Amino acid sequence: MSERTDTTTPAVGTEAKTPVADGDPPPMVRRKAGGRGELRKHVTLILALLALLLVGALTKGEDFLSTSNMITILTLASVIGVVTVGMTFVIIGGGIDLSVGAIIALASVWCTTTATQSYGVAGMVLSALLVGLGCGLLNGALIAYGRLVPFIVTLAMMVAARGLAEQISGRQSQLVTTDLLALAQNRVLGIPLLVYLFVVVVAVGWIVLERTTFGRRTAAVGGNPEAARLAGIDVRRHTLLLYAVSGLCCGIAAIMLTAQTTTGTSTNGQLYELDAIAAVVIGGTLLSGGFGTITGSILGVLVFTVIEDLFILNNLEQPIQAIGKGAIIVAVLLFQRFGRARAVPTLT
Amino acid sequence: MSTTVSLPRRGILLSGLAAGAGVLAAACTSNDTTAGTQVAGNTGDNAAAGQQVRVGFSAPAADHGWTAAITRNARAQAEKFADVTLNVTEGTNDVARQIEQVQSMINQKADVLVVLPFDGNALTEIAKNAMAAGIPVINLDRVFASALAYRTWIGGDNYGMGVNAGNFIVRKLRDAGIGDPVIVEIAGIDSLQLTQERSRGFQDALAAAGFRIAARQSTDFTASGGQQVASQMLQATKKIDAMWNHDDDQGIGVLAAIKQANRSGEFVMVGGGGSAQAMKEIQAGNSPLQATVLYSPAMASSAVALARLLGQRRALGDLAEHDVPAKITTFSAVVTKDNAEQYLANGY
Repeated sequence: MSERTDTTTPAVGTEAKTPVADGDPPPMVRRKAGGRGELRKHVTLILALLALLLVGALTKGEDFLSTSNMITILTLASVIGVVTVGMTFVIIGGGIDLSVGAIIALASVWCTTTATQSYGVAGMVLSALLVGLGCGLLNGALIAYGRLVPFIVTLAMMVAARGLAEQISGRQSQLVTTDLLALAQNRVLGIPLLVYLFVVVVAVGWIVLERTTFGRRTAAVGGNPEAARLAGIDVRRHTLLLYAVSGLCCGIAAIMLTAQTTTGTSTNGQLYELDAIAAVVIGGTLLSGGFGTITGSILGVLVFTVIEDLFILNNLEQPIQAIGKGAIIVAVLLFQRFGRARAVPTLT
Repeated sequence: MSTTVSLPRRGILLSGLAAGAGVLAAACTSNDTTAGTQVAGNTGDNAAAGQQVRVGFSAPAADHGWTAAITRNARAQAEKFADVTLNVTEGTNDVARQIEQVQSMINQKADVLVVLPFDGNALTEIAKNAMAAGIPVINLDRVFASALAYRTWIGGDNYGMGVNAGNFIVRKLRDAGIGDPVIVEIAGIDSLQLTQERSRGFQDALAAAGFRIAARQSTDFTASGGQQVASQMLQATKKIDAMWNHDDDQGIGVLAAIKQANRSGEFVMVGGGGSAQAMKEIQAGNSPLQATVLYSPAMASSAVALARLLGQRRALGDLAEHDVPAKITTFSAVVTKDNAEQYLANGY
């Protein structure tokens, strides 16, 4: 990761060397997880989002601002949003997970095999969660206890899990015949159940990251593993758990995607790893670890989803969409850069 | 990912077909053997066993229902012939790897090669080498850049798919008495030449009837891509009369989006490719999908059959030719509720 050279990386190590009891990380880390700088960062993101909404309102007016379109945007953001929550944990913890898309493919294929579907919704949900969690634990074990590089381990998982998904499904789309589809079709107060599930995952993710020891340890481990170890944190076990969280999120996302597309196929979740990483980075999380927020990541996901929606509603052609997306991402990142530069004093 | 078909091919193909039809008609009507009249000499004996033929087969990775079916069809066809040994190399989307595979089949002195190149341009030179080494190459579907690179080409008709989808929609709309219809198109991967040809055929057929496309978006041949794009297009277009979706795998997602938006009964939908699932849906008659235009992987079976005939120096039965023809374009039949039964066996 070239981002390691980022000069704005907070130097956690110096303060954290003071011995602190297990479960009570150094005060500096706690402040970084939710300081004043964070607010300023989100202001730039929120402004970017508002600007996009304004463009949508100006170009496509009623269609874009309609309730049903807003719900469509939220629904589309749901699946990738859940993946991004897991990815945020991994990246703050100083790692990376390239295997999320492939794990989704494997979990969706696994939970739609006839054997699994014959146990109904419960069987499908359970198998998807177990596959996701299992893949995450394997990633984590290889990285934490096998001492392998996260980039390579998750790359290997990305290839292998997709291959296994193709093997199991015979590259055929496996249609869902159970009530699982209700997750995407049924609505409460006009909002699809998928969106509620997304909100729950985000809320849980936010609480864990911002309000629990686990969250504070995540930032500590990502900021400076050696300091975290000296502070009494079991860095290896914690790393293992971070990848397990990411895998579990993939399992949840696989259930959602399967319900949404009515099928489990080995092409599910293609390139989700890049979308999730991009959303996390746009959300202000440092690729080098140690600092980041769920709120930022979710705003990042929304920015991406709104851009795409904007383009499709205006019926722009693919090449124009690609150029536009690239330009907007760079613009938002430049915004972030200026925001972060000003935020540095409050961080350190 | 730029692929395949060189532009002037269409003209050549059409004239070739016309000439072929002429010859066929001549052959059929000529019972009296006047001088200069050719009679199909091989009729009926193509099934009889001949000398052993070793056929080498190379195709892209089976990462999609269609590509998976290509290899399956080739294998199944080869098993039917006692006099054919099929050497199937592992499917790959890596051009360098596929070149190696073809080279190794040349080294093993295969009698005939069947090659579906991942990228026709990139594989042209190695196919030329095979031809120069005296090994006839059957070019399957994606076309090599030079006619020197193959003995016979057999493949699908992307332009014809578009035309047939367009004609079906025009007929349906005329029957319903709709004057100024809203027609939308969901294409596959836009950077592929095959997608561009499908779209051109569709556009031409609609234009001939005085209709035009109201909105067009492309996606990625996957169910999740289809779901995402379709759900947003449905937002953008409040009233739709007809929709053509290029690919039945991505069609699973498109149909899911239509159902989730509660717009199942609103318009005529035509698919593309001819998956077994799509045909079953058409048969059931309770979905917007009323037809699909074929791009049948059975062409791989035909390619192996042709390879056998080439290896045994025989011609095609029923054609008044001494040899296997240079080009064969498969027909993109329109599969509807009425004829689905007939085509279901070829569904991938």
